[in-house]
Amino acid sequence: METVLEKLAILADAAKYDASCASSGAEKRNSMASKAIGSTEGMGICHAYAPDGRCISLLKILLTNYCQFDCHYCVNRVSSNVRRARFSVKEVVDLTLGFYQRNYIEGLFLSSGIIRSPDYTMEQLVRVAESLRREHKFAGYIHLKTIPDADPLLLARAGAVADRLSINVELPREESLARLAPQKNPERIRRAMGGIRLKIEEAKEARKESRHAPRFSTGQSTQMIIGADSTDDLAILGSAANLYGNYKLSRVYYSAFSPIPDASAVLPLMRPPLMREHRLYQADWLMRFYGFAVEEIATGAVGGMLDLGVDPKLAWALQHRECFPVDVNRAAREVLLRVPGFGTKSVKQMLSSRRWRSLRLEDVSRLCRGIKTAMPFIVTADWQPGAAIDRLDLREKVAPQGELFA
Amino acid sequence: MRLIRLPHETDVAGWRDAARAALLVGEPPEALYWVVGDGAAGDLFEGDEAARTPIVAPKVPRAFITLTETVILHRDPGRFALLYRLLWGLQAQPQLLEDASHPDVHEAEQRAKAIRRDIHKMHAFVRFREVEEPEGAIFIAWFEPDNFIVEAAAPFFMRRFTGMRWSILTPDRCAFWDGNSLRFGEGVSRDQAPTEDRLEALWRIYYANIFNPARLKVAAMTREMPRRYWKNLPEAELIGPLIEAAGERAQAMVAAAPTAPSAHAAAEARRRPVAPIVDADPPQTLAEAKAQAVGCRRCPLWEPATQTVFGEGPASARLMMVGEQPGDREDLAGAPFVGPAGKMLDRALAEAGVPRTEVYLTNAVKHFKFEPRGKFRLHKTPDTGEIAACRFWLETELAFVKPQLTVALGASAAQALLGRKVTIGRERGRVTALPNGEALWVTVHPSYLLRLPDEEAKAREYARFVEDLRGAWAWRATK
Ligand code: SF4
Repeated sequence: METVLEKLAILADAAKYDASCASSGAEKRNSMASKAIGSTEGMGICHAYAPDGRCISLLKILLTNYCQFDCHYCVNRVSSNVRRARFSVKEVVDLTLGFYQRNYIEGLFLSSGIIRSPDYTMEQLVRVAESLRREHKFAGYIHLKTIPDADPLLLARAGAVADRLSINVELPREESLARLAPQKNPERIRRAMGGIRLKIEEAKEARKESRHAPRFSTGQSTQMIIGADSTDDLAILGSAANLYGNYKLSRVYYSAFSPIPDASAVLPLMRPPLMREHRLYQADWLMRFYGFAVEEIATGAVGGMLDLGVDPKLAWALQHRECFPVDVNRAAREVLLRVPGFGTKSVKQMLSSRRWRSLRLEDVSRLCRGIKTAMPFIVTADWQPGAAIDRLDLREKVAPQGELFA
Repeated sequence: MRLIRLPHETDVAGWRDAARAALLVGEPPEALYWVVGDGAAGDLFEGDEAARTPIVAPKVPRAFITLTETVILHRDPGRFALLYRLLWGLQAQPQLLEDASHPDVHEAEQRAKAIRRDIHKMHAFVRFREVEEPEGAIFIAWFEPDNFIVEAAAPFFMRRFTGMRWSILTPDRCAFWDGNSLRFGEGVSRDQAPTEDRLEALWRIYYANIFNPARLKVAAMTREMPRRYWKNLPEAELIGPLIEAAGERAQAMVAAAPTAPSAHAAAEARRRPVAPIVDADPPQTLAEAKAQAVGCRRCPLWEPATQTVFGEGPASARLMMVGEQPGDREDLAGAPFVGPAGKMLDRALAEAGVPRTEVYLTNAVKHFKFEPRGKFRLHKTPDTGEIAACRFWLETELAFVKPQLTVALGASAAQALLGRKVTIGRERGRVTALPNGEALWVTVHPSYLLRLPDEEAKAREYARFVEDLRGAWAWRATK
């Protein structure tokens, strides 16, 4: 029998390939009335960062890394020879509370390999969350990975105690799933996500009517693995757009396929550059907050792939020079949001500021970080880019030198 | 120049009183010099006395008060003067704070942002250590904030760790929670704080193992967790060694040849065969047809949708109702007529005296056709090709259920059943014949009623719809 320390090493290692870390978006609550521990105040907190740049906000572990499934990209697949371990419900509860009391974490993100049956596994996950919530009145964040084949009743129990539920679609295309994760059923995954969206919305409606209506998780998310199959970026973004629209996901996580110990022979030998994952997140951001459609992002891509050299907004702008320069003192919000180097916040400030003064380049540079990038695309009270926008070497001129991304 | 001494670093009230007094006599910002406690005053030069215009009724917007309360927590000695400059500017330009690119506004916003970040980082990086005391465990942390934020950051810990006794010690101020009240005291030195905790070994193991050596991004880490915090983070001592070993570990993973599956895996594989692909033999029962339709790829509508929404109801039903296609809710729930149009239909059925449980309900097209529009999915009418492709399933359902009467709800359904375009107004409310001679009854789709803009038309059309349903039910009873 392994000690808790050994199990933690194995089961944290097994969980790290899930990129999701968010602890935001839960309903606000605290422990003032219950005199227990735990609170969620909207924004999640990253309590530490690992040298891979990822935020550590939750105790992210597997209940067990034994699994019946044989998904080739997964370190826990049945055919892998990694060491196996299994936590008891109580061990996870104690670890969560102990870490939480020391302010190491915002809560728990619990997932599991499939053992015995989907229902059995799901029930174990739910029992951990129920014990935390009911026995310990724990009010911190709980994210449960959901098993699509599990009984809807278990899903309802999970939603009653978790802040977020997630089901990984894993791969952007169904054919790839069939090849790399033969026991996973894409239709069932989608059905489960549809069911969760319905439950979230019904609970929200019911809570509008009465504050005592039973609660249900406030969000769901998913993860797609990038680079384990040959799907190109635009197809990935298309899938993501569809998932956002269909299931109102809080987030789609893109996880560049990473080499794992004891890899399956079916997988590509080359891992995708981490920059690809970064560009996908940027494009995802453009879709969600900047009003870009996948088709527009596509115009800045080459052969279906986002440009690794420049960010997707700049790539788009370089292909649409006819839309520029735009006058910072006059252009509408949607137009300003399309200027490379401008973020939603800086645009908001410019809009507010320009009611009181005519913005000069200096003013703009105070409000946005990427003024160098923005310059050829804007006009201010004292700045005209002239013919800069038509220069053939514009890309080299504005592309950030030495990307701030290691 | 006049010297103003504030008793302590975060004295908002003191600053406010002094600033208000200065405004009332019209002292311009350059005439004031602000220090805290017994801080050195520096050289106070005698400037030309500027003309003073007393400001009789100083005004400040609500946003400025909030900004002051935040900015004053900053360690920058220039913050008092900055705030007074803003206050002064606000008297001439009440909307000054909206001018985000104004140098002073910008600077104050930057300071406020630094404070919010500092508070956020304190919430993140405080690490409690458990100490056993006769009256029970107490959790003690040592933290070194950049600014004067202990009072501002402490209530968060109270709300979160209500059920614990805890203290947060810092060089400036300390916060104490005994389970009932929050108190503050003078700063202390680091040696007052405990140096270890029984869970730190576990926490370090967790930190080391959640890190993926194949994705080293040190700059991204230090941007969010700057080095100055490391000395008080128990996990930080691992950072150096983890970074150093990362390259080799990642390479080893790539270099390692794939191993043969374990015996355990082989056993599992035998136990749990891969799910068979749905076979394509003609279905023998309605349930079999439903199962086969799950994997239907006869037209492209399956791809963006969630699932096939097959008909529902008793296979022995004598009445079958056919709608156009599932909508947003039906697509998610996997059952026909559960959304707004379904609710409308339920109401009308009840009013017409038709028990829903005795009706087989289905759609002409089994997948939801939509166009994504921002966060919504807009219903799109299926085209002739899609209706034709999906007729396979509709006919299968008709063949198994063999209803005495089929009701087409709306034009798409009627088209699917009759194989031609249909004008509802001309054919509704009476029995016509399907191509195979069976009986058909045509009426509107309930979603048509939802779309009618004015209430009067809605009521009229609803009554007609109920009449149609009643008529269909009565006709079936005569058979
Ligand atoms: S709409 Fe009908 S024909 Fe088209 S894929 Fe779906 S079930 Fe098949």
